[in-house]
Amino acid sequence: MTPLESSILLSRREFLTTSASGIGGLALGSMLTADGVLSAANAADPAQFGELTSHSRARAKACIFIYMEGAPSQMDLFDPKPKLNELHGSKLPKEMLDKARFAFIKPDSATLLGSSRTWKKHGQCGMDFSDLLPQIGSCADDLLMVRSLHSPEFNHHPGQLAMQCGVSRFGMPSMGSWINYGLGSASQNLPGYVVLTAGRGGSGGSSLWQSGFLSTKYAGVLFRNQGEAVLNLRNPDGLPPELQRAGLDTLSELNRMRYQEVHDPEIASRIANYELANRMQTAAPELIDLAGESKETLAMYGVDRPEPEGKDLRGTLPGLRTYDTFARNCLLARRMVERGVRFINIIHASWDQHEDLDRNLAYNCGVVDQPIAALIKDLKQRGLLESTMVVWGSEFGRTPLGENRPGRQSNTGRDHHPFAFTMLMAGGGLKGGLTYGASDDIGWSIAENPVDIHDLHATLLHQFGMDHLKLTYRFQGRDFRLTDVAGKVVKDWIA
Amino acid sequence: MLVAASLFGGVAGSHLGSAAGIDFDREIRPILSEKCLLCHGPDDTKGGLRLTGLEFASKVLESGERGIVPGKPDESALVARIHATDPDEIMPPPKKGKPLTGTEKAKLKQWIAEGATWPKHWAYANLAQPPAPAVKNAAGVKNPIDAFVLAELEKRGIAPSPEADDTTLIRRLYYDLLGLPPAPAEVERYRALIAADREAGLSKLADDLLASAHFGERWGRHWLDKARFADSDGFEKDNGRPDAWRYRDWVIDAINRDLPFDRFTIEQFAGDLLEKAAPEQVLATAFNRQTLTNTEGGVDQEQWRVAAVMDRVETMGAVWMGLTLTCARCHTHKYDEVTHKEYYRLFAYFNNGDEVTAKVPASEAKWRQWETAMAKYQKDFDAVRVRAEAARRELGGRLPEWETRARKWIADAEAAGQPAFAPIAVEGFAGGKGVALAQDKDGSIVVSGESPVTDTYTVTGKLSPGTVHGLRLEVLTDPALPEKGPGRAKGGNFILSEIELSIAGDPRSPVVLTGAQADFSQAKFDVALAIDGLAKSKTDKGNGWAVGGKTGQAHEAVFVFAEPVTIGKATGISVKLVQNYGEQQTIGRFRLSALTTPTPLTVPAPLRQVLAKPADQRKAEDTAALLAHFERLDAKTWSVVAELTAFDKPPAKPEMTVRVLGERANDRRETRVMRRGEFKEPLDPVTAGTLSTLPPVQHRAERGDRLDLARWLVSSGNPLTPRVVANEIWANLFGEGIVTTLNDFGVRGERPSHRELLDWVAAEFVGKGWSRKKLIKTIVTSAAYRRSSVHRADLIDIDPKNRLLARQNRFRVEAEIVRDISLAAAGLLSTKVGGPSVFPPIPPGAADVNYNSAFKWNVSPGEDKYRRGMYTYFKRTAPHPNLMTFDCPDSNVTTVQRGRSNTPLAALITLNNDSFAEAAQSLSARVWSEIQQGSPGNDTVRLARAFRLCLAREPEKAEIERLTSLLETSRQWYRKNPEAAKQFAGTNPPKDVPVEEAAAWTATVRVLLNLDEFLTRS
Repeated sequence: MTPLESSILLSRREFLTTSASGIGGLALGSMLTADGVLSAANAADPAQFGELTSHSRARAKACIFIYMEGAPSQMDLFDPKPKLNELHGSKLPKEMLDKARFAFIKPDSATLLGSSRTWKKHGQCGMDFSDLLPQIGSCADDLLMVRSLHSPEFNHHPGQLAMQCGVSRFGMPSMGSWINYGLGSASQNLPGYVVLTAGRGGSGGSSLWQSGFLSTKYAGVLFRNQGEAVLNLRNPDGLPPELQRAGLDTLSELNRMRYQEVHDPEIASRIANYELANRMQTAAPELIDLAGESKETLAMYGVDRPEPEGKDLRGTLPGLRTYDTFARNCLLARRMVERGVRFINIIHASWDQHEDLDRNLAYNCGVVDQPIAALIKDLKQRGLLESTMVVWGSEFGRTPLGENRPGRQSNTGRDHHPFAFTMLMAGGGLKGGLTYGASDDIGWSIAENPVDIHDLHATLLHQFGMDHLKLTYRFQGRDFRLTDVAGKVVKDWIA
Repeated sequence: MLVAASLFGGVAGSHLGSAAGIDFDREIRPILSEKCLLCHGPDDTKGGLRLTGLEFASKVLESGERGIVPGKPDESALVARIHATDPDEIMPPPKKGKPLTGTEKAKLKQWIAEGATWPKHWAYANLAQPPAPAVKNAAGVKNPIDAFVLAELEKRGIAPSPEADDTTLIRRLYYDLLGLPPAPAEVERYRALIAADREAGLSKLADDLLASAHFGERWGRHWLDKARFADSDGFEKDNGRPDAWRYRDWVIDAINRDLPFDRFTIEQFAGDLLEKAAPEQVLATAFNRQTLTNTEGGVDQEQWRVAAVMDRVETMGAVWMGLTLTCARCHTHKYDEVTHKEYYRLFAYFNNGDEVTAKVPASEAKWRQWETAMAKYQKDFDAVRVRAEAARRELGGRLPEWETRARKWIADAEAAGQPAFAPIAVEGFAGGKGVALAQDKDGSIVVSGESPVTDTYTVTGKLSPGTVHGLRLEVLTDPALPEKGPGRAKGGNFILSEIELSIAGDPRSPVVLTGAQADFSQAKFDVALAIDGLAKSKTDKGNGWAVGGKTGQAHEAVFVFAEPVTIGKATGISVKLVQNYGEQQTIGRFRLSALTTPTPLTVPAPLRQVLAKPADQRKAEDTAALLAHFERLDAKTWSVVAELTAFDKPPAKPEMTVRVLGERANDRRETRVMRRGEFKEPLDPVTAGTLSTLPPVQHRAERGDRLDLARWLVSSGNPLTPRVVANEIWANLFGEGIVTTLNDFGVRGERPSHRELLDWVAAEFVGKGWSRKKLIKTIVTSAAYRRSSVHRADLIDIDPKNRLLARQNRFRVEAEIVRDISLAAAGLLSTKVGGPSVFPPIPPGAADVNYNSAFKWNVSPGEDKYRRGMYTYFKRTAPHPNLMTFDCPDSNVTTVQRGRSNTPLAALITLNNDSFAEAAQSLSARVWSEIQQGSPGNDTVRLARAFRLCLAREPEKAEIERLTSLLETSRQWYRKNPEAAKQFAGTNPPKDVPVEEAAAWTATVRVLLNLDEFLTRS
């Protein structure tokens, strides 16, 4: 192999696996191993790459993070509070109020708001779900429900940054960036970190899939619901594939001539990346083309479901077709996992129900219940759930108090609540059928097994075979981590 | 790679210590930092041991021993403790930290044995300009920079690469200084100059480029990275900041006029605190208004204010000091000597800087235009003023004559009996659209028809001969009016905003009315309001005479002339009744007649009192009041005075409001240390102060302010700022700094590859008046800068990262420049400098990833579609994807060093993105228009032209062959697919060229716009 050829090969692996630069704080010995792997990997399956560089046995190879932007109400979905219903209309004890912060609630006159939901225990494990999530409920025995999460942030955008990046500051890499930095994508032709959205945009915008101080190549790539799946994927109008190919061949030849003259390996990288780009032009449309999926599969996810009637719902806009888009996104996520995409973020906005909670929640649950249940079952039946971690969550939860914003006739919504909220997980070597942690009788604070966002991240990385203390990147003289200066692996979750 | 790394370590270490001995910086300091300082650092000195300098470390400890006794490891407690075996004795304590390795223990011992030399960390050491070392290759020294570089190369027997060829050099300078490709004609011109006299030619080229307005854009953008500049708030709704661009203009301008970096610093930190601060200096403080803003419902304002102040402190740390201060928000810095308390002492400087706004010129150009317009206005105005003053002086001379007449009017009035009125023979009348006016047989005018909310009646008629002293207006009842009138409004009221009248042939028209009297006026609607000169204005919504409370009956008012009018024959009169109040408050029936008997109201009461005073008792203001009254009545004076009054308002200042910092005067905030950086957990109060490892700050008053801080940063004793800033300038010209970690000059950062070179450059920067341009000129004329960037096989193992600078570096251009050079090669780029942000095309949906639906990305029209990338509107939560894919910073926090990724997503942009496709089309059209048909078969000539436009050089034969082959393939395809050809050739294909040909050319030249060579500064 000529130096150019090996450089081109290296560069391609660099993007695909990122391993050469991707082991932040590992000891020098591991670096050497990685170098060894690199040279041996010419014939090797890049998918095994991650495991070779990992700190412990990897249980998960991919993560689908279903992000419910805006903070869903845990006591109306996962965490039944009969006591709250009993106390409906009464005031919260003062000592609780004094410690709390609110966005819009006037604490002096605020009263508790019971839930109008009915509840059922699901699966052999008897996990609670409200009547709004019957289908996700049917996956109960595969689900881990954590009712004792808490967040340091009270407002959406900072809270979203904390959940996605571990720290609410800007300029930090998101979870998907960290994982790709650590392990790389196992896909030959697709980015390792993909973002899918349904509904209106979230308040955090692209800062939620930023790569921060890590290279841009670890940033999430937004797959779009309009036009081409990935930006600039389509040839310019009037340029046929054969001329794109001919142009790339000429480009490659001219770049090679240049390389022969100046010997800069960066030119080899460029040649490799143009080739990859060209392959992505085929791979991405193939990925989003659902023609190969069976009728049963499409129906299971709810692709092409009709959008229900409903006006003035939070986060909806005319013509968005959120029901269909969300269903497609869940199916796409499975297809991406099959093709080696490492981290998929499915974002749906908005769950910020300050008013008209019941109606909005019913609409949103209608959006997500069927497709998420289908995704979990589909992954399972294909044998992918064991190595794919599915996470359902948001930046925080909602208060047991009714939101008595001045000028409102009645309290029909809930304000933000970062002190105790619920998330769901499945697969990736986590226990199914487990309900972990507990909030108090009215869902105000945590009664048992509090879980910090850093703990969640530490556990997630652990399932990918990475030690959160060792996955570091030195920036401005400091070794940064996804878990900042905290985090512990929650061993109880691990199967 | 490992071998190379360790060998290189030797390179850097060679400046310090003896060759055989322990190198403190490289071998000892990291051990102390990582394993000891947590307990024996500036905050915590357990057992009395502090390991931050020999002066501390050699003190007697609580145990009575000494931690370090230089030269005597056996007497040093440190050595004993690290070798202890008892778990209670050994250091570091097993529970506290990582154990020392055997090698580390040995090194510490050896170091103490060798005398425990403890040099100050290189970045904080005093800055002096070192003399250039002697080198063998004296001819290779263009300036001292080369001596430092060659000295290191010669030590290792490495020959430097030759100078790059002329074209590469010209292109390198264009890319580095302007971020634009040189036009072929410019390449020719400079090649000729360089051929004539190499040094002079290159020097001229550098000077020309440094003088270009685009230099400020190129280097301004470097600075904007540090300033975390953006057009929006950042958090959540991420609202726009329509004034943000004004600061960008300031930066471009400051760099273009080479504002010395010390002043550049001071103005941005504390322009508002300078004596007689100019608006532009206040504007400069917008540097610290680029922090994020959170306007989400329910946010704690104090939390985000504190966050912004912290960002200001940390941005200063990164940009000026090369230090990460963020750690010290929560605790004393583990590695660098920044204590938790010192962080808040720095915080204190900014803590009373409030987020305020200021008015500044909207732009330099507009301000200059205004100054010109204002000067003309002033000149014209002064000319009239001079005439008016002359007329007034002349009137003053005639004042006694006026007084005599006035006294006579008063005397006549006193002698007069009952007032008498003469009818006015009405000849015409008119009201608003659809309003019908008709004269009744009693001479009154009856109004009917439409009843608009406001109206003005005009009545014309004849006055009989005689002397007229005023005008009477009778408002009359009518059964057809609401409540019988006299008004048309509900309830029968009206409001007469103003009455105006003119007498034919009288130069004093409109007649000045000095008095008004009515039989009844509604409260707050006195009849005098009808002659106040205010028909309607911002402060007067049309108030006037009304009769509310006494409607349903007739009323009358008399309006008195300032000077009785005597006419010899029937004379025309025109009366206007202005009724502007609204609500249909208009008159329903009225009659006009002339007052023919004298009245004291002719002279206003205050003037009557003045006239009654003996001349010697009059005050100046009495005389002035008389003059002011009479000048209105004197046709000769009034014509000039009216001209002056009617003079247009001076042209409005072209000002705009910008976000800046302003020092809080009252209710100043006390600064306290915050426990773990938590704003709700304040600890002890602190005063403003700087880091103790650096020279002390001078405060002008007892408490320091931002101005003191800024002056300290650039004070002569502060060695850190010049090193950090000069290194950053260097990095922009070599792709890497002398210190590669531009943002980390702390003990964990990379050490300089050439320590003395760094000091020389830093001292040169300060010594030449902190001039950015002079330093750049020095660097770019060095032989080191001018070397070829071709990689060398012989250096791959010895110096893989080219830190010894045997050659120049090659690196991809930045995000904005990728598009700039494509547009420029295509002839599309607008060269307009400065102004508001623009909206170039963006893929559908890309601007909407944030939920704030009020924001719309409307593509800019005209040349603004093709402005340089640095003017692209930057919305923090939805930045332009073309920028981000090429590593443009997200501008949420300061960025001192950009990444340079190389990804398939970036390749997709230059291959397929609309903007780049359009550039390819235009480049094809440009080549056709510049190489006219005529010489048949001139594909080669055209391709060569495209090469020169993109790469500044002539193509090689092999390159032409490849491209010709692609051109031919493309031709064949498009000849068969004319529809596709039409699409691909774009909307502005070259004139008189078959569309298949245009498409084939577009398909060919786009390869050039994707070449590594095109995207790379070589």
